[in-house]
Amino acid sequence: MTANPASRWTLRILGLGYILLLLLIPLGFIFYKTFEHGIAPPLDAITSPDGLHALKLTLLTVAIAVPLNTVFGIGCALLLVRHRFRGNFLIDAAINLPFAISPIVIGLSLFLLYGTTGWFEPALAEAGIKILFSVPGMVLACIFVSLPFVVRETVPVLQEIGTEQEQAASTLGANAWQTFWRVTLPAIRWGVAYGVVLTTARVLGEFGAVSVVSGSISGQTQTLPLFVEKQYENFNLPGAFGASVLLALLALMTLLAMNLLKRKEDA
Amino acid sequence: MGISVEGANKRFGDFQALKDVSIEVPTGSLTALLGPSGSGKSTLLRAIAGLEALDSGEVLIDGQDVGRKPVQKREVGFVFQHYAAFKHMTVYENVGFGLKIRKWDKRKISARVHELLDLVQLPGLADRYPSQLSGGQRQRMALARALAVQPQVLLLDEPFGALDAKVRKDLRTWLRNLHDEMHVTTIFVTHDQEEAMDVAGQLVVMNEGRVEQSGSADELYDHPANEFVMSFVGEVNQLGEHFVRPHDMEIVLDSDDRTKEGLVQRIVTLGFEVRVELLLSDGTEVWAQLTRAELQRLELREGQIAYLRPAQAKSFNGSGAFAAV
Repeated sequence: MTANPASRWTLRILGLGYILLLLLIPLGFIFYKTFEHGIAPPLDAITSPDGLHALKLTLLTVAIAVPLNTVFGIGCALLLVRHRFRGNFLIDAAINLPFAISPIVIGLSLFLLYGTTGWFEPALAEAGIKILFSVPGMVLACIFVSLPFVVRETVPVLQEIGTEQEQAASTLGANAWQTFWRVTLPAIRWGVAYGVVLTTARVLGEFGAVSVVSGSISGQTQTLPLFVEKQYENFNLPGAFGASVLLALLALMTLLAMNLLKRKEDA
Repeated sequence: MGISVEGANKRFGDFQALKDVSIEVPTGSLTALLGPSGSGKSTLLRAIAGLEALDSGEVLIDGQDVGRKPVQKREVGFVFQHYAAFKHMTVYENVGFGLKIRKWDKRKISARVHELLDLVQLPGLADRYPSQLSGGQRQRMALARALAVQPQVLLLDEPFGALDAKVRKDLRTWLRNLHDEMHVTTIFVTHDQEEAMDVAGQLVVMNEGRVEQSGSADELYDHPANEFVMSFVGEVNQLGEHFVRPHDMEIVLDSDDRTKEGLVQRIVTLGFEVRVELLLSDGTEVWAQLTRAELQRLELREGQIAYLRPAQAKSFNGSGAFAAV
Protein backbone atom coordinates (compact mmCIF):
# COMPACT_ATOMS: atom_id res chain seq x y z
CA MET A 1 0.00 0.00 0.00
CA THR A 2 1.29 3.42 -0.85
CA ALA A 3 0.02 6.30 1.22
CA ASN A 4 1.00 9.93 1.02
CA PRO A 5 3.42 11.19 3.69
CA ALA A 6 0.76 13.17 5.55
CA SER A 7 -1.54 10.24 6.16
CA ARG A 8 1.41 7.99 6.94
CA TRP A 9 2.59 10.36 9.66
CA THR A 10 -0.91 10.76 11.03
CA LEU A 11 -1.24 6.99 11.33
CA ARG A 12 2.15 6.71 13.00
CA ILE A 13 1.41 9.42 15.52
CA LEU A 14 -2.01 7.94 16.24
CA GLY A 15 -0.56 4.45 16.79
CA LEU A 16 2.33 5.63 18.92
CA GLY A 17 0.12 8.03 20.87
CA TYR A 18 -2.37 5.30 21.66
CA ILE A 19 0.31 2.95 22.95
CA LEU A 20 2.04 5.73 24.86
CA LEU A 21 -1.07 7.06 26.54
CA LEU A 22 -2.76 3.79 27.40
CA LEU A 23 0.19 1.45 27.92
CA LEU A 24 3.57 2.99 28.42
CA ILE A 25 2.76 6.02 30.57
CA PRO A 26 0.75 4.08 33.20
CA LEU A 27 3.41 1.35 33.35
CA GLY A 28 6.22 3.89 33.46
CA PHE A 29 4.45 5.68 36.27
CA ILE A 30 4.47 2.50 38.35
CA PHE A 31 8.22 2.23 37.88
CA TYR A 32 8.63 5.89 38.80
CA LYS A 33 6.48 5.57 41.90
CA THR A 34 8.27 2.43 43.02
CA PHE A 35 11.69 3.98 43.06
CA GLU A 36 10.56 7.47 44.11
CA HIS A 37 12.20 7.07 47.54
CA GLY A 38 15.04 4.84 46.47
CA ILE A 39 15.28 1.10 46.13
CA ALA A 40 15.05 0.27 49.86
CA PRO A 41 11.25 0.51 50.53
CA PRO A 42 10.10 -1.73 47.64
CA LEU A 43 12.97 -4.14 48.28
CA ASP A 44 12.03 -4.42 51.94
CA ALA A 45 8.43 -5.20 51.04
CA ILE A 46 9.36 -7.91 48.55
CA THR A 47 11.92 -9.51 50.80
CA SER A 48 9.52 -9.61 53.73
CA PRO A 49 8.50 -13.22 54.57
CA ASP A 50 5.03 -12.74 53.01
CA GLY A 51 6.51 -11.12 49.91
CA LEU A 52 9.03 -13.91 49.38
CA HIS A 53 6.36 -16.52 49.95
CA ALA A 54 4.12 -14.84 47.36
CA LEU A 55 6.98 -14.88 44.86
CA LYS A 56 7.71 -18.55 45.54
CA LEU A 57 4.05 -19.49 45.23
CA THR A 58 3.71 -17.58 41.95
CA LEU A 59 6.73 -19.36 40.50
CA LEU A 60 5.33 -22.69 41.72
CA THR A 61 2.00 -22.17 39.92
CA VAL A 62 3.95 -21.26 36.77
CA ALA A 63 6.13 -24.35 37.15
CA ILE A 64 3.08 -26.62 37.32
CA ALA A 65 0.51 -24.93 35.08
CA VAL A 66 2.78 -24.00 32.16
CA PRO A 67 4.27 -27.47 31.43
CA LEU A 68 0.84 -29.10 31.80
CA ASN A 69 -0.83 -26.67 29.45
CA THR A 70 2.07 -26.93 26.99
CA VAL A 71 1.82 -30.72 26.74
CA PHE A 72 -1.97 -30.59 26.60
CA GLY A 73 -1.90 -27.69 24.10
CA ILE A 74 0.39 -29.45 21.64
CA GLY A 75 -1.60 -32.67 21.90
CA CYS A 76 -4.88 -30.86 21.45
CA ALA A 77 -3.58 -28.89 18.46
CA LEU A 78 -2.40 -32.14 16.83
CA LEU A 79 -5.82 -33.65 17.43
CA LEU A 80 -7.63 -30.66 15.95
CA VAL A 81 -5.41 -30.31 12.88
CA ARG A 82 -4.20 -33.82 12.07
CA HIS A 83 -7.19 -35.94 13.04
CA ARG A 84 -10.30 -34.39 11.59
CA PHE A 85 -13.44 -35.99 12.98
CA ARG A 86 -17.02 -35.07 13.66
CA GLY A 87 -17.37 -33.02 16.82
CA ASN A 88 -13.99 -31.47 16.23
CA PHE A 89 -15.60 -28.07 16.13
CA LEU A 90 -17.03 -28.61 19.62
CA ILE A 91 -13.55 -29.11 21.08
CA ASP A 92 -12.35 -26.14 19.06
CA ALA A 93 -15.08 -23.94 20.53
CA ALA A 94 -14.68 -25.28 24.07
CA ILE A 95 -10.95 -24.43 24.01
CA ASN A 96 -11.90 -20.79 23.65
CA LEU A 97 -14.17 -20.75 26.72
CA PRO A 98 -11.50 -19.47 29.14
CA PHE A 99 -10.99 -16.50 26.80
CA ALA A 100 -14.67 -15.75 26.74
CA ILE A 101 -15.58 -16.27 30.40
CA SER A 102 -14.60 -13.81 33.13
CA PRO A 103 -11.95 -15.27 35.47
CA ILE A 104 -14.21 -14.55 38.42
CA VAL A 105 -16.80 -16.91 36.96
CA ILE A 106 -14.11 -19.54 36.48
CA GLY A 107 -13.15 -19.15 40.12
CA LEU A 108 -16.76 -19.51 41.19
CA SER A 109 -17.22 -22.64 39.10
CA LEU A 110 -14.26 -24.24 40.89
CA PHE A 111 -15.84 -23.14 44.15
CA LEU A 112 -19.05 -24.97 43.25
CA LEU A 113 -17.18 -28.17 42.42
CA TYR A 114 -14.71 -28.27 45.30
CA GLY A 115 -16.40 -26.08 47.96
CA THR A 116 -17.97 -27.41 51.17
CA THR A 117 -21.24 -28.14 49.32
CA GLY A 118 -19.50 -29.05 46.05
CA TRP A 119 -19.82 -32.28 44.04
CA PHE A 120 -16.31 -33.52 44.63
CA GLU A 121 -16.04 -32.35 48.24
CA PRO A 122 -17.09 -35.54 50.11
CA ALA A 123 -14.72 -37.82 48.24
CA LEU A 124 -11.85 -35.36 48.49
CA ALA A 125 -12.44 -34.70 52.18
CA GLU A 126 -12.33 -38.42 52.84
CA ALA A 127 -9.02 -38.70 51.03
CA GLY A 128 -7.76 -35.74 53.04
CA ILE A 129 -7.19 -33.56 49.99
CA LYS A 130 -7.85 -29.87 50.28
CA ILE A 131 -8.40 -28.02 47.01
CA LEU A 132 -9.93 -24.72 48.00
CA PHE A 133 -7.94 -22.15 49.97
CA SER A 134 -4.79 -24.07 49.16
CA VAL A 135 -2.26 -24.45 46.38
CA PRO A 136 -4.02 -27.17 44.30
CA GLY A 137 -7.07 -24.95 43.80
CA MET A 138 -4.91 -22.03 42.73
CA VAL A 139 -3.02 -24.19 40.24
CA LEU A 140 -6.33 -25.52 38.87
CA ALA A 141 -7.57 -21.96 38.40
CA CYS A 142 -4.36 -20.98 36.61
CA ILE A 143 -4.54 -24.00 34.30
CA PHE A 144 -8.14 -23.15 33.46
CA VAL A 145 -7.57 -19.52 32.54
CA SER A 146 -4.36 -20.13 30.56
CA LEU A 147 -5.45 -23.27 28.73
CA PRO A 148 -6.12 -21.85 25.23
CA PHE A 149 -2.82 -20.06 24.54
CA VAL A 150 -0.59 -22.94 23.40
CA VAL A 151 -3.43 -24.52 21.40
CA ARG A 152 -4.30 -21.26 19.64
CA GLU A 153 -0.68 -20.45 18.79
CA THR A 154 0.15 -23.99 17.62
CA VAL A 155 -2.88 -24.75 15.44
CA PRO A 156 -2.10 -22.24 12.64
CA VAL A 157 1.57 -23.27 12.51
CA LEU A 158 0.61 -26.94 12.24
CA GLN A 159 -1.80 -26.12 9.44
CA GLU A 160 0.86 -24.13 7.64
CA ILE A 161 3.61 -26.78 7.71
CA GLY A 162 1.25 -29.38 6.24
CA THR A 163 1.79 -33.13 6.38
CA GLU A 164 4.37 -33.71 3.65
CA GLN A 165 7.41 -33.45 5.92
CA GLU A 166 5.83 -35.95 8.30
CA GLN A 167 5.03 -38.30 5.43
CA ALA A 168 8.59 -37.98 4.15
CA ALA A 169 9.88 -38.90 7.61
CA SER A 170 7.66 -41.99 7.69
CA THR A 171 8.86 -43.19 4.27
CA LEU A 172 12.40 -42.86 5.66
CA GLY A 173 11.55 -45.26 8.44
CA ALA A 174 10.63 -42.93 11.31
CA ASN A 175 7.79 -44.09 13.56
CA ALA A 176 5.13 -41.69 14.87
CA TRP A 177 7.11 -40.84 18.00
CA GLN A 178 10.35 -40.19 16.10
CA THR A 179 8.48 -38.15 13.50
CA PHE A 180 6.94 -35.99 16.23
CA TRP A 181 10.23 -35.28 18.04
CA ARG A 182 12.47 -34.88 15.01
CA VAL A 183 10.18 -33.28 12.44
CA THR A 184 6.87 -31.94 13.77
CA LEU A 185 8.00 -30.37 17.04
CA PRO A 186 11.04 -28.57 15.56
CA ALA A 187 8.81 -27.24 12.79
CA ILE A 188 6.21 -25.81 15.18
CA ARG A 189 8.60 -24.76 17.94
CA TRP A 190 8.15 -20.99 17.58
CA GLY A 191 4.39 -21.24 17.69
CA VAL A 192 4.66 -23.37 20.81
CA ALA A 193 7.25 -21.02 22.34
CA TYR A 194 5.00 -18.04 21.78
CA GLY A 195 2.11 -19.92 23.37
CA VAL A 196 4.32 -20.79 26.36
CA VAL A 197 5.29 -17.13 26.83
CA LEU A 198 1.66 -16.05 26.75
CA THR A 199 0.67 -18.86 29.13
CA THR A 200 3.45 -17.89 31.53
CA ALA A 201 2.48 -14.23 31.44
CA ARG A 202 -1.13 -15.12 32.09
CA VAL A 203 -0.37 -17.46 35.00
CA LEU A 204 2.02 -14.91 36.53
CA GLY A 205 -0.58 -12.20 36.45
CA GLU A 206 -3.80 -14.13 37.08
CA PHE A 207 -5.87 -12.40 39.71
CA GLY A 208 -9.62 -12.99 39.42
CA ALA A 209 -9.96 -16.76 39.45
CA VAL A 210 -7.09 -17.25 41.90
CA SER A 211 -8.50 -14.63 44.23
CA VAL A 212 -11.82 -16.50 44.49
CA VAL A 213 -10.36 -19.96 45.22
CA SER A 214 -7.35 -18.99 47.32
CA GLY A 215 -8.89 -16.93 50.13
CA SER A 216 -5.73 -14.82 49.87
CA ILE A 217 -4.20 -15.83 53.18
CA SER A 218 -0.92 -13.95 53.69
CA GLY A 219 2.09 -16.23 53.73
CA GLN A 220 -0.04 -19.19 52.68
CA THR A 221 -2.21 -18.73 49.61
CA GLN A 222 -1.07 -15.42 48.27
CA THR A 223 0.50 -15.09 44.85
CA LEU A 224 2.18 -11.87 43.77
CA PRO A 225 -0.95 -10.27 42.23
CA LEU A 226 -2.89 -11.01 45.45
CA PHE A 227 0.03 -9.68 47.48
CA VAL A 228 -0.09 -6.45 45.45
CA GLU A 229 -3.77 -6.04 46.21
CA LYS A 230 -3.32 -6.71 49.94
CA GLN A 231 -0.46 -4.21 50.20
CA TYR A 232 -2.50 -1.64 48.33
CA GLU A 233 -5.50 -2.14 50.59
CA ASN A 234 -3.25 -1.73 53.64
CA PHE A 235 -1.86 1.54 52.26
CA ASN A 236 1.60 0.02 51.93
CA LEU A 237 2.22 1.66 48.58
CA PRO A 238 5.96 0.90 48.30
CA GLY A 239 5.14 -2.78 48.83
CA ALA A 240 2.35 -2.74 46.23
CA PHE A 241 4.51 -0.96 43.64
CA GLY A 242 7.53 -3.08 44.36
CA ALA A 243 5.64 -6.33 43.83
CA SER A 244 4.04 -4.88 40.68
CA VAL A 245 7.42 -4.05 39.21
CA LEU A 246 8.66 -7.52 40.10
CA LEU A 247 5.69 -9.04 38.25
CA ALA A 248 6.28 -6.86 35.23
CA LEU A 249 9.97 -7.77 35.20
CA LEU A 250 9.20 -11.50 35.38
CA ALA A 251 6.87 -11.21 32.37
CA LEU A 252 9.41 -9.13 30.45
CA MET A 253 12.08 -11.71 31.17
CA THR A 254 10.05 -14.51 29.59
CA LEU A 255 9.52 -12.38 26.49
CA LEU A 256 13.20 -11.49 26.39
CA ALA A 257 14.23 -15.12 26.83
CA MET A 258 12.18 -16.14 23.82
CA ASN A 259 13.54 -13.34 21.66
CA LEU A 260 17.11 -14.18 22.62
CA LEU A 261 16.61 -17.85 21.82
CA LYS A 262 15.07 -16.97 18.49
CA ARG A 263 17.83 -14.54 17.58
CA LYS A 264 20.48 -17.07 18.49
CA GLU A 265 18.83 -19.59 16.18
CA ASP A 266 18.40 -17.17 13.30
CA ALA A 267 22.06 -16.12 13.49
CA MET B 1 12.44 -55.84 -6.98
CA GLY B 2 9.38 -55.85 -9.21
CA ILE B 3 6.18 -54.18 -8.15
CA SER B 4 2.71 -55.34 -8.97
CA VAL B 5 -0.68 -54.02 -8.05
CA GLU B 6 -3.75 -56.22 -8.44
CA GLY B 7 -7.36 -55.07 -8.44
CA ALA B 8 -6.78 -51.88 -6.47
CA ASN B 9 -9.81 -49.82 -5.44
CA LYS B 10 -9.78 -46.59 -3.48
CA ARG B 11 -12.59 -44.21 -2.70
CA PHE B 12 -12.42 -40.74 -1.11
CA GLY B 13 -15.99 -39.92 -0.05
CA ASP B 14 -17.98 -39.84 -3.28
CA PHE B 15 -14.91 -39.85 -5.47
CA GLN B 16 -13.64 -43.17 -6.76
CA ALA B 17 -9.92 -42.50 -7.19
CA LEU B 18 -8.93 -46.03 -8.27
CA LYS B 19 -11.20 -48.48 -10.10
CA ASP B 20 -9.90 -52.03 -10.20
CA VAL B 21 -6.38 -51.00 -11.14
CA SER B 22 -3.72 -53.60 -11.93
CA ILE B 23 -0.20 -52.81 -13.06
CA GLU B 24 3.03 -54.73 -13.44
CA VAL B 25 6.40 -53.02 -13.01
CA PRO B 26 9.41 -55.18 -13.88
CA THR B 27 12.49 -55.26 -11.67
CA GLY B 28 14.97 -52.50 -12.46
CA SER B 29 12.65 -50.67 -14.85
CA LEU B 30 11.82 -47.00 -14.99
CA THR B 31 8.06 -46.70 -15.37
CA ALA B 32 5.93 -43.58 -15.76
CA LEU B 33 2.36 -43.28 -14.50
CA LEU B 34 0.91 -40.82 -16.96
CA GLY B 35 -2.48 -39.16 -16.80
CA PRO B 36 -4.39 -35.92 -16.33
CA SER B 37 -5.02 -34.57 -12.83
CA GLY B 38 -7.62 -36.61 -10.99
CA SER B 39 -6.76 -39.75 -12.96
CA GLY B 40 -5.63 -41.60 -9.81
CA LYS B 41 -1.94 -41.80 -10.67
CA SER B 42 -0.73 -40.14 -7.45
CA THR B 43 -3.16 -42.18 -5.35
CA LEU B 44 -1.78 -45.36 -6.89
CA LEU B 45 1.80 -44.28 -6.16
CA ARG B 46 0.92 -43.36 -2.58
CA ALA B 47 -0.82 -46.72 -2.14
CA ILE B 48 2.35 -48.52 -3.27
CA ALA B 49 4.34 -46.50 -0.72
CA GLY B 50 1.82 -47.19 2.04
CA LEU B 51 0.92 -43.53 2.45
CA GLU B 52 -2.63 -44.40 1.41
CA ALA B 53 -4.54 -47.55 2.37
CA LEU B 54 -6.44 -49.34 -0.41
CA ASP B 55 -10.10 -50.24 0.07
CA SER B 56 -9.41 -53.50 -1.73
CA GLY B 57 -6.69 -55.01 -3.86
CA GLU B 58 -3.10 -56.02 -3.34
CA VAL B 59 0.29 -54.38 -3.59
CA LEU B 60 3.19 -56.76 -4.07
CA ILE B 61 6.81 -55.70 -3.83
CA ASP B 62 9.26 -58.40 -4.88
CA GLY B 63 6.39 -60.86 -4.87
CA GLN B 64 5.41 -60.17 -1.27
CA ASP B 65 2.07 -58.72 -0.25
CA VAL B 66 2.92 -55.51 1.62
CA GLY B 67 -0.68 -54.54 2.37
CA ARG B 68 -0.23 -54.97 6.10
CA LYS B 69 3.18 -53.37 6.22
CA PRO B 70 3.18 -49.77 7.47
CA VAL B 71 4.97 -47.19 5.36
CA GLN B 72 8.01 -47.22 7.70
CA LYS B 73 8.68 -50.87 6.93
CA ARG B 74 8.13 -50.90 3.16
CA GLU B 75 11.62 -49.66 2.34
CA VAL B 76 10.47 -47.36 -0.41
CA GLY B 77 12.14 -44.11 -1.33
CA PHE B 78 9.53 -41.44 -1.93
CA VAL B 79 10.07 -38.04 -3.54
CA PHE B 80 7.35 -35.39 -3.27
CA GLN B 81 6.41 -32.72 -5.80
CA HIS B 82 7.11 -29.93 -3.33
CA TYR B 83 10.31 -31.58 -2.01
CA ALA B 84 9.04 -32.04 1.60
CA ALA B 85 12.46 -30.86 2.78
CA PHE B 86 12.98 -30.78 6.54
CA LYS B 87 13.31 -27.02 6.77
CA HIS B 88 14.98 -26.91 10.17
CA MET B 89 17.72 -29.33 9.13
CA THR B 90 20.79 -28.77 6.98
CA VAL B 91 21.21 -30.61 3.68
CA TYR B 92 23.51 -33.02 5.52
CA GLU B 93 20.91 -33.72 8.22
CA ASN B 94 18.16 -34.11 5.63
CA VAL B 95 20.08 -36.70 3.62
CA GLY B 96 21.26 -38.50 6.77
CA PHE B 97 17.79 -38.57 8.38
CA GLY B 98 16.87 -42.14 7.44
CA LEU B 99 20.31 -43.40 8.44
CA LYS B 100 20.09 -41.72 11.84
CA ILE B 101 16.67 -43.35 12.35
CA ARG B 102 18.35 -46.67 11.52
CA LYS B 103 20.97 -45.85 14.18
CA TRP B 104 23.92 -45.96 11.83
CA ASP B 105 27.32 -45.11 13.21
CA LYS B 106 28.23 -41.41 12.79
CA ARG B 107 31.26 -42.05 10.59
CA LYS B 108 29.30 -44.37 8.32
CA ILE B 109 26.51 -41.77 8.02
CA SER B 110 29.03 -39.10 7.08
CA ALA B 111 30.60 -41.28 4.40
CA ARG B 112 27.23 -42.28 2.95
CA VAL B 113 25.83 -38.73 2.95
CA HIS B 114 28.86 -37.34 1.15
CA GLU B 115 28.76 -40.17 -1.36
CA LEU B 116 25.11 -39.31 -2.13
CA LEU B 117 25.73 -35.57 -2.30
CA ASP B 118 28.38 -36.30 -4.92
CA LEU B 119 25.95 -38.54 -6.77
CA VAL B 120 23.26 -35.83 -6.94
CA GLN B 121 25.90 -33.23 -7.74
CA LEU B 122 25.51 -31.18 -4.59
CA PRO B 123 28.97 -31.53 -3.04
CA GLY B 124 29.93 -28.64 -0.79
CA LEU B 125 26.33 -27.75 0.07
CA ALA B 126 26.11 -30.05 3.10
CA ASP B 127 25.87 -27.21 5.61
CA ARG B 128 23.24 -25.19 3.76
CA TYR B 129 19.59 -25.10 4.77
CA PRO B 130 16.89 -26.02 2.22
CA SER B 131 15.78 -22.37 2.07
CA GLN B 132 19.21 -21.51 0.67
CA LEU B 133 18.86 -23.91 -2.27
CA SER B 134 17.17 -23.51 -5.65
CA GLY B 135 14.15 -25.67 -6.50
CA GLY B 136 16.23 -28.04 -8.60
CA GLN B 137 18.83 -28.40 -5.86
CA ARG B 138 16.14 -29.05 -3.26
CA GLN B 139 14.65 -31.82 -5.37
CA ARG B 140 18.06 -33.41 -5.86
CA MET B 141 18.58 -33.23 -2.10
CA ALA B 142 15.20 -34.93 -1.61
CA LEU B 143 16.25 -37.64 -4.05
CA ALA B 144 19.55 -38.16 -2.19
CA ARG B 145 17.59 -38.40 1.06
CA ALA B 146 15.32 -41.06 -0.42
CA LEU B 147 18.23 -43.03 -1.91
CA ALA B 148 20.37 -42.88 1.25
CA VAL B 149 18.52 -45.74 2.91
CA GLN B 150 18.99 -47.96 -0.15
CA PRO B 151 15.28 -48.44 -0.83
CA GLN B 152 13.97 -51.46 -2.69
CA VAL B 153 11.97 -49.18 -4.96
CA LEU B 154 12.00 -45.49 -5.74
CA LEU B 155 8.70 -43.61 -6.12
CA LEU B 156 8.58 -40.07 -7.49
CA ASP B 157 5.37 -38.03 -7.34
CA GLU B 158 5.50 -35.35 -10.05
CA PRO B 159 9.12 -34.72 -9.07
CA PHE B 160 9.70 -31.93 -11.58
CA GLY B 161 6.22 -30.41 -11.43
CA ALA B 162 7.23 -27.36 -9.41
CA LEU B 163 10.33 -26.52 -11.47
CA ASP B 164 10.69 -24.24 -14.47
CA ALA B 165 10.97 -25.67 -17.98
CA LYS B 166 14.75 -25.48 -18.39
CA VAL B 167 15.62 -27.07 -15.03
CA ARG B 168 12.97 -29.68 -15.69
CA LYS B 169 14.57 -30.83 -18.93
CA ASP B 170 18.03 -30.99 -17.34
CA LEU B 171 16.76 -32.96 -14.38
CA ARG B 172 14.91 -35.53 -16.41
CA THR B 173 17.98 -36.33 -18.49
CA TRP B 174 19.91 -36.53 -15.25
CA LEU B 175 17.30 -38.83 -13.67
CA ARG B 176 17.45 -41.18 -16.62
CA ASN B 177 21.24 -41.36 -16.37
CA LEU B 178 21.03 -41.88 -12.62
CA HIS B 179 18.61 -44.76 -13.13
CA ASP B 180 20.94 -46.34 -15.68
CA GLU B 181 23.65 -46.31 -13.02
CA MET B 182 21.57 -47.46 -10.06
CA HIS B 183 19.04 -49.86 -11.58
CA VAL B 184 16.63 -49.39 -8.69
CA THR B 185 13.04 -50.12 -9.74
CA THR B 186 11.52 -46.68 -10.21
CA ILE B 187 7.98 -45.39 -10.75
CA PHE B 188 7.37 -41.77 -11.44
CA VAL B 189 4.12 -39.89 -11.80
CA THR B 190 3.66 -37.14 -14.36
CA HIS B 191 0.96 -35.43 -16.36
CA ASP B 192 3.44 -34.42 -19.06
CA GLN B 193 3.50 -36.98 -21.89
CA GLU B 194 6.73 -35.61 -23.32
CA GLU B 195 8.44 -36.01 -19.96
CA ALA B 196 7.09 -39.55 -19.59
CA MET B 197 8.28 -40.58 -23.05
CA ASP B 198 11.65 -38.92 -22.55
CA VAL B 199 12.45 -40.56 -19.22
CA ALA B 200 10.58 -43.82 -18.91
CA GLY B 201 11.02 -47.16 -20.63
CA GLN B 202 7.49 -48.20 -19.80
CA LEU B 203 4.40 -46.03 -19.57
CA VAL B 204 1.09 -46.65 -17.83
CA VAL B 205 -1.62 -44.29 -19.04
CA MET B 206 -4.35 -43.62 -16.49
CA ASN B 207 -7.67 -41.84 -16.77
CA GLU B 208 -10.55 -41.48 -14.32
CA GLY B 209 -9.14 -44.05 -11.94
CA ARG B 210 -8.51 -46.71 -14.59
CA VAL B 211 -5.50 -47.95 -16.49
CA GLU B 212 -6.18 -47.20 -20.14
CA GLN B 213 -3.06 -48.82 -21.58
CA SER B 214 0.49 -49.70 -20.70
CA GLY B 215 3.52 -50.30 -22.88
CA SER B 216 6.54 -48.63 -24.39
CA ALA B 217 6.35 -45.09 -25.73
CA ASP B 218 6.35 -46.37 -29.32
CA GLU B 219 3.57 -48.88 -28.66
CA LEU B 220 1.36 -46.24 -27.11
CA TYR B 221 2.03 -43.70 -29.84
CA ASP B 222 1.69 -46.05 -32.79
CA HIS B 223 -0.92 -48.46 -31.45
CA PRO B 224 -3.07 -46.56 -28.97
CA ALA B 225 -5.77 -48.76 -27.45
CA ASN B 226 -8.40 -46.04 -27.51
CA GLU B 227 -9.26 -42.47 -28.26
CA PHE B 228 -8.10 -41.25 -24.84
CA VAL B 229 -4.62 -42.72 -25.17
CA MET B 230 -4.31 -41.48 -28.71
CA SER B 231 -5.15 -37.92 -27.76
CA PHE B 232 -3.17 -37.98 -24.53
CA VAL B 233 0.15 -39.24 -25.87
CA GLY B 234 0.34 -36.82 -28.78
CA GLU B 235 -1.55 -34.27 -30.83
CA VAL B 236 -4.56 -35.50 -32.73
CA ASN B 237 -7.21 -34.34 -35.24
CA GLN B 238 -10.66 -35.85 -35.38
CA LEU B 239 -12.16 -36.46 -38.83
CA GLY B 240 -15.60 -37.98 -38.32
CA GLU B 241 -14.92 -41.24 -36.53
CA HIS B 242 -11.26 -41.24 -37.42
CA PHE B 243 -8.27 -39.83 -35.61
CA VAL B 244 -5.16 -38.60 -37.37
CA ARG B 245 -1.90 -37.24 -36.05
CA PRO B 246 -1.10 -33.74 -37.45
CA HIS B 247 2.15 -35.03 -38.99
CA ASP B 248 0.16 -37.68 -40.87
CA MET B 249 -1.94 -35.00 -42.59
CA GLU B 250 -0.53 -34.52 -46.04
CA ILE B 251 -1.49 -31.33 -47.86
CA VAL B 252 -1.76 -31.42 -51.67
CA LEU B 253 -2.93 -28.89 -54.23
CA ASP B 254 -4.90 -31.29 -56.45
CA SER B 255 -7.96 -33.19 -55.31
CA ASP B 256 -8.67 -36.88 -55.81
CA ASP B 257 -11.15 -39.36 -54.28
CA ARG B 258 -9.16 -39.70 -51.04
CA THR B 259 -8.71 -36.01 -50.27
CA LYS B 260 -10.83 -33.56 -48.32
CA GLU B 261 -11.19 -29.93 -49.28
CA GLY B 262 -10.25 -27.26 -46.75
CA LEU B 263 -9.71 -23.52 -46.39
CA VAL B 264 -6.27 -22.50 -45.09
CA GLN B 265 -7.12 -20.27 -42.14
CA ARG B 266 -3.79 -19.69 -40.51
CA ILE B 267 -0.14 -20.60 -41.04
CA VAL B 268 2.07 -20.49 -37.94
CA THR B 269 5.81 -20.98 -38.25
CA LEU B 270 7.37 -22.43 -35.09
CA GLY B 271 11.02 -22.66 -36.02
CA PHE B 272 11.51 -25.80 -38.10
CA GLU B 273 7.91 -26.89 -37.73
CA VAL B 274 4.98 -25.23 -39.49
CA ARG B 275 1.41 -25.47 -38.28
CA VAL B 276 -1.29 -25.11 -40.94
CA GLU B 277 -4.86 -24.68 -39.66
CA LEU B 278 -7.66 -25.65 -42.02
CA LEU B 279 -11.44 -25.37 -41.99
CA LEU B 280 -13.10 -28.32 -43.74
CA SER B 281 -16.33 -28.07 -45.72
CA ASP B 282 -18.27 -29.86 -42.94
CA GLY B 283 -17.17 -27.21 -40.43
CA THR B 284 -14.44 -29.28 -38.70
CA GLU B 285 -11.27 -27.43 -37.77
CA VAL B 286 -8.05 -29.43 -38.09
CA TRP B 287 -4.37 -28.73 -38.30
CA ALA B 288 -1.46 -30.25 -40.15
CA GLN B 289 2.18 -30.31 -39.17
CA LEU B 290 4.54 -29.56 -42.06
CA THR B 291 8.20 -28.79 -42.42
CA ARG B 292 9.35 -25.42 -43.71
CA ALA B 293 10.56 -27.04 -46.94
CA GLU B 294 7.13 -28.57 -47.58
CA LEU B 295 5.45 -25.23 -47.01
CA GLN B 296 7.78 -23.50 -49.47
CA ARG B 297 7.26 -26.21 -52.07
CA LEU B 298 3.45 -25.91 -51.80
CA GLU B 299 3.58 -22.09 -51.71
CA LEU B 300 0.59 -22.13 -49.35
CA ARG B 301 -1.10 -18.80 -48.48
CA GLU B 302 -3.70 -18.05 -45.84
CA GLY B 303 -7.18 -17.90 -47.37
CA GLN B 304 -6.56 -20.35 -50.21
CA ILE B 305 -8.18 -23.74 -50.79
CA ALA B 306 -6.02 -26.85 -50.28
CA TYR B 307 -6.63 -30.60 -50.09
CA LEU B 308 -5.91 -32.90 -47.19
CA ARG B 309 -4.82 -36.49 -47.55
CA PRO B 310 -4.90 -38.16 -44.13
CA ALA B 311 -2.61 -41.17 -43.70
CA GLN B 312 -2.56 -43.63 -40.75
CA ALA B 313 -6.05 -42.64 -39.62
CA LYS B 314 -7.36 -44.72 -36.75
CA SER B 315 -10.84 -45.44 -35.51
CA PHE B 316 -11.75 -47.08 -32.22
CA ASN B 317 -15.18 -48.48 -32.95
CA GLY B 318 -16.03 -51.37 -30.70
CA SER B 319 -12.96 -53.55 -30.70
CA GLY B 320 -10.54 -50.67 -30.49
CA ALA B 321 -8.82 -51.88 -33.64
CA PHE B 322 -7.49 -49.26 -35.94
CA ALA B 323 -7.67 -49.05 -39.69
CA ALA B 324 -6.23 -46.94 -42.45
CA VAL B 325 -8.76 -44.84 -44.36
